[in-house]
Amino acid sequence: MTTQIFIKIGYACISIAVMVAYGLLTGGVMARIRARVYGRYGAPVWQPFLDIFKNLNKRTAISHGMMFYLGPIFRFAGGLGTYLFIPAVFGSVLFANFSGAGDIFLVMYFIFFGQLGMALGAGEGGHPYSGIAIARGLAQMSAFEVPFALAVISIVVQYDTFSITEIVAAQQGGILHWTMFTNPLATIAAFIALLGMNMQSPFDIVIAPQEIPIGPPTEFPSQFLSMLQTNRGLFLVAKLILFMNLFYGGATSVWILFLKTFIIYLANLFIGVSFPRYRIEQAIKFFLKYPTIIGIIAIILMAMK
Amino acid sequence: MKEKKYDILPNSELKAEDRDLFCDARPVPVSKLNKYMEKLVNWARANSLWFLAFGTGCGAVEVRPLMTARFDAYRYGIAGRPTPRQSGIILIGGYASVKTLKRIIRSYEQMQNPKFVISLCSCSINGGMYFDSYNTINQIDKYIPVDVYITGCMPRPEAIIAGFNKLKDRIKAGNAEGANKYAENFDYYKANQKKIIKDWNMPDYNW
Repeated sequence: MTTQIFIKIGYACISIAVMVAYGLLTGGVMARIRARVYGRYGAPVWQPFLDIFKNLNKRTAISHGMMFYLGPIFRFAGGLGTYLFIPAVFGSVLFANFSGAGDIFLVMYFIFFGQLGMALGAGEGGHPYSGIAIARGLAQMSAFEVPFALAVISIVVQYDTFSITEIVAAQQGGILHWTMFTNPLATIAAFIALLGMNMQSPFDIVIAPQEIPIGPPTEFPSQFLSMLQTNRGLFLVAKLILFMNLFYGGATSVWILFLKTFIIYLANLFIGVSFPRYRIEQAIKFFLKYPTIIGIIAIILMAMK
Repeated sequence: MKEKKYDILPNSELKAEDRDLFCDARPVPVSKLNKYMEKLVNWARANSLWFLAFGTGCGAVEVRPLMTARFDAYRYGIAGRPTPRQSGIILIGGYASVKTLKRIIRSYEQMQNPKFVISLCSCSINGGMYFDSYNTINQIDKYIPVDVYITGCMPRPEAIIAGFNKLKDRIKAGNAEGANKYAENFDYYKANQKKIIKDWNMPDYNW
């Protein structure tokens, strides 16, 4: 039993390491694609790794108190928790994580847990821009949670289970079994929510670079920042894998996982580079209007079947 | 480099009720890592240059095009970072009036060690055309340690990128130790700063 637990922990560590590396590399590739859209060459794809390594080796780091310390830790715990309760590759022991222990509602909770922890930490930093960004971030978060939750409820009704593994299993056997085709309305609602979650334009008011420098992490220097950046890679992949599992048929090998998550993020990026930014009240109104209605219709349709 | 003892700064210009809101620790020089690790870290530092996008003078107008498609400084790992806490370089964008100098010092001291200074334009080197102005300082390196000067009035974006590359060489060679220099000669810099800034209503060290 003890051996099994240690093996499980070892597998989880490998799986986290692979996904962090993949997430950061994806971030670098996407930054380069974005640069090409703008007519630039852009930074090398390994730039995120360099940035993290540099920040990790800064010689000093200031702190503003206990909660300031805990903010990045909560954020990282949120990323870890989200990833560790999702079965990354269907049928694989190495990438199964702890999917037997939690279901989709636990994962949904973890997605928002990190943001709340970060809000407390950044709040103690005392920078006015952090405060503004947190207010916007939490407002937008509660807005896109509505269509996302509706989409999730719709597929829970559709497959009659809370377990992500079973949802993936139900989608096996060809592309037409994917939720994307069996429940397109839920997919659309959730995809719009994913835009908000990834803070792509038009929903990037939270980190609005030209307006409130970089949002919540304004005050976090050095090692705190490198922790947040590492989490950015992991959390990004966790969200993409969750979406892949729920709507795009999951993955049977790690290469299919890389391909599918990359395409999902690329679709995200295309929308991100094409649209200007919503103001926060416009974003909230938008989330509570069209995606919410689509989500409700998706639930009704599935309940009538 | 030996680490100095924790020394308390007087913060005498602050009001008594404000004093406990600010830190009163002196900056201390931080020793390098071992030889090979420091080389590796310096390589990473040189290839990930985040500069404080804070236009301190007219030379800053030439910094904006750095990020555009034409010059694209991102290629070299140079990126603007809008907060002093996270950036490693402060660009002095040309002449510094006494009022701006105060902000430059505040921003510089908030940055984390190691930090580098690039000084643009003639004005920050010898005063340039403001050499006899009553409210413009002539030599920026009396107030903060400068790593690289870029001359011109104003230097073109290509020249600024060349300056960044010069700084990269300095960092890789392990010569860019401005933050430690500032901490070691803290009294000298502070005396110079206080001589020129009359309304010093901030803590002695803006951590």
